[in-house]
Amino acid sequence: MRRVALIAVPYLWLLALFLVPFIIVLKISLSDYDLSIPPYSPTLDLSSGWEGLKSFFGALDFENFTFLTTDDLYWKAYLSSVRIAVIATFCTLLVGYPIAYGMANAPDHWRPTLMMLVILPFWTSFLIRVYSWMGILSTEGYLNQLLIGMGLISEPLTILNTNTAVYIGIVYTYLPFMILPIYSTLERMDASLLEAAEDLGCSRIEAFWLVTFPLSRNGIIAGCFLVFIPTIGEFVIPALLGGSDTLMIGKVLWEEFFNNRDWPVASAVAVILLLILIIPIILFQRNEQKQREAEG
Amino acid sequence: MNQSVFEPWNDPNAKPLIQFKGVTKRFGDFTAIDNQTFDIYEKEFFALLGPSGCGKTTMMRMLAGFEAPTEGQIWLDGQDIAPFPPNKRAVNMMFQSYALFPHLSVWDNIAFGLKRDGMPPNAIGDRVGEMLKLTRLEKFAKRKPHQISGGQRQRVALARSLAKAPKLLLLDEPLGALDAKLRQDTQFELMDIQETTGTTFVIVTHDQEEAMTVASRVAVMDDGRIMQADTPANIYEIPNSVYVADFIGDVTIIEGTATHSGNGYDIVFAEGQPSLHAESEITLTDGSRAALAIRPEKVSISAEKPENTRNALQGKILDIAYLGNLSTYHVELPTGQIVKAQAANTRRLSRRSFTWEDEVWISWTDTAAVLLEA
Repeated sequence: MRRVALIAVPYLWLLALFLVPFIIVLKISLSDYDLSIPPYSPTLDLSSGWEGLKSFFGALDFENFTFLTTDDLYWKAYLSSVRIAVIATFCTLLVGYPIAYGMANAPDHWRPTLMMLVILPFWTSFLIRVYSWMGILSTEGYLNQLLIGMGLISEPLTILNTNTAVYIGIVYTYLPFMILPIYSTLERMDASLLEAAEDLGCSRIEAFWLVTFPLSRNGIIAGCFLVFIPTIGEFVIPALLGGSDTLMIGKVLWEEFFNNRDWPVASAVAVILLLILIIPIILFQRNEQKQREAEG
Repeated sequence: MNQSVFEPWNDPNAKPLIQFKGVTKRFGDFTAIDNQTFDIYEKEFFALLGPSGCGKTTMMRMLAGFEAPTEGQIWLDGQDIAPFPPNKRAVNMMFQSYALFPHLSVWDNIAFGLKRDGMPPNAIGDRVGEMLKLTRLEKFAKRKPHQISGGQRQRVALARSLAKAPKLLLLDEPLGALDAKLRQDTQFELMDIQETTGTTFVIVTHDQEEAMTVASRVAVMDDGRIMQADTPANIYEIPNSVYVADFIGDVTIIEGTATHSGNGYDIVFAEGQPSLHAESEITLTDGSRAALAIRPEKVSISAEKPENTRNALQGKILDIAYLGNLSTYHVELPTGQIVKAQAANTRRLSRRSFTWEDEVWISWTDTAAVLLEA
């Protein structure tokens, strides 16, 4: 009985916070746009009994999903989101790996401080931090002032409202998600492995590629998924830092909901997005599982 | 076949493989190795033995190239090795933790060093096969390190470090992680492998039994210095200092004042006790302090005062350590000094002649005790 109760807690949690909202969204995605409150039909009316239920289900269809295929805006937005997410994840890895490596090789008494510095930005509002990037990247921003002041450029660079600004924003925001898993695999690595590699004829660089890098693979995979998955659906960063040509599905979703007030189409976009994300999520879980097995 | 005894250290013409020339290593204020000069010869199985912190690991890490001497030089095969980083030295090391690459199979672990040398693939295959056979690991070639036992991992580590046929193999506490039974078997296996491959081995250990079993010479270290480097038998039988005598095996140390007499010295160690005599080649000034080191197995124990020996003392049995084949008696002299005597248990326990609190005589011959400067 106690075991059932124990297992029931996480399942109830999932049911309440994931499954129920998802079913609601799924239902809306199968409905039709309507000028009413809520802005879709049909709505479930239990007072008319069995007949009402039948007509309710009869009115649900895949019209909105078909609509998504007719306008190339949607699949282009999905594709562009995936592309931006892939590139941004890769950039985050390029920036995050050296930081994680440096942290793992720092003297013991420095590590808690460095860890703190990585986590610290989380303690302030995400929105404010993205806003502050607008101040840095705009044409009159700090970055341009600095570069002009140093005489490196004569004309200010246009960074804000381009994809570059979006990449900078994503790398900045999600960097800790990349650093922490990589750091944890690097930190656990036995230092004598590198000595052994050197002893057997590796240069320092070869030892890194043949030993350190493959052994941190699980951390890299975990970090990449942790960055990639939320980035695909990212809305705030492209909305604030991106330009009119920055096409991301999160922005499309927002516009459908709040500008067009077309909830059914917006819900369909969200359902497809979830289906796209399920694949990397499953791969991520498998990686974690494999890692646990290898260690167990 | 005329097989001469293997002792190149006594041959003035022998060329040493490794030469430490006035090597000092400091870490900050701490002196880990204190001005050491000594030689290791080809095909030797040389053991560095000492308590933790005595500098034996530093010595080994300097040979491997992970540490550089603060002063002095280390020569390998007639060449100063200081300019060679670890990956350019004909020296391989077997790590205490084995340091096997967890993401590589046993086969790939052994092949790792060979691949770095750019050996052609079929030559690598042959060499790895040879190593697997030598260490009896053929069946496990495809396994990952976490899928084999501790003893097998130890053999993989050995095979990996031997694969490149180094001039010198360093072993850092190679058997430390194995249980007692496996350890013994592995010690003999190590000796066999050392003999088959003809590689010079330097082993670091804190286990004196292990050092005595495997090594051709044992260097007993303390505080960054080699106290004595000699064959296991000499280290045990003729230690050159109280430290070495005390460190190796069981011993009783009796301190007293020495006076020259006959072929050796008479030692007066306590009032009311007869003086003891030990034959010795060392020279002491009369009246100087000296120490006698007596191994328990060289002390006889009897109920009556033995005839024809000058070294006979009376005491009371304080403790008996029963070791199965042997018993060690702790005999307390009236002065409070405890002397250990060992006797073989040739009779059944019930018929043992001595028991606790018995008054007994202990004695030894003039040549049994080693006379040392105190």
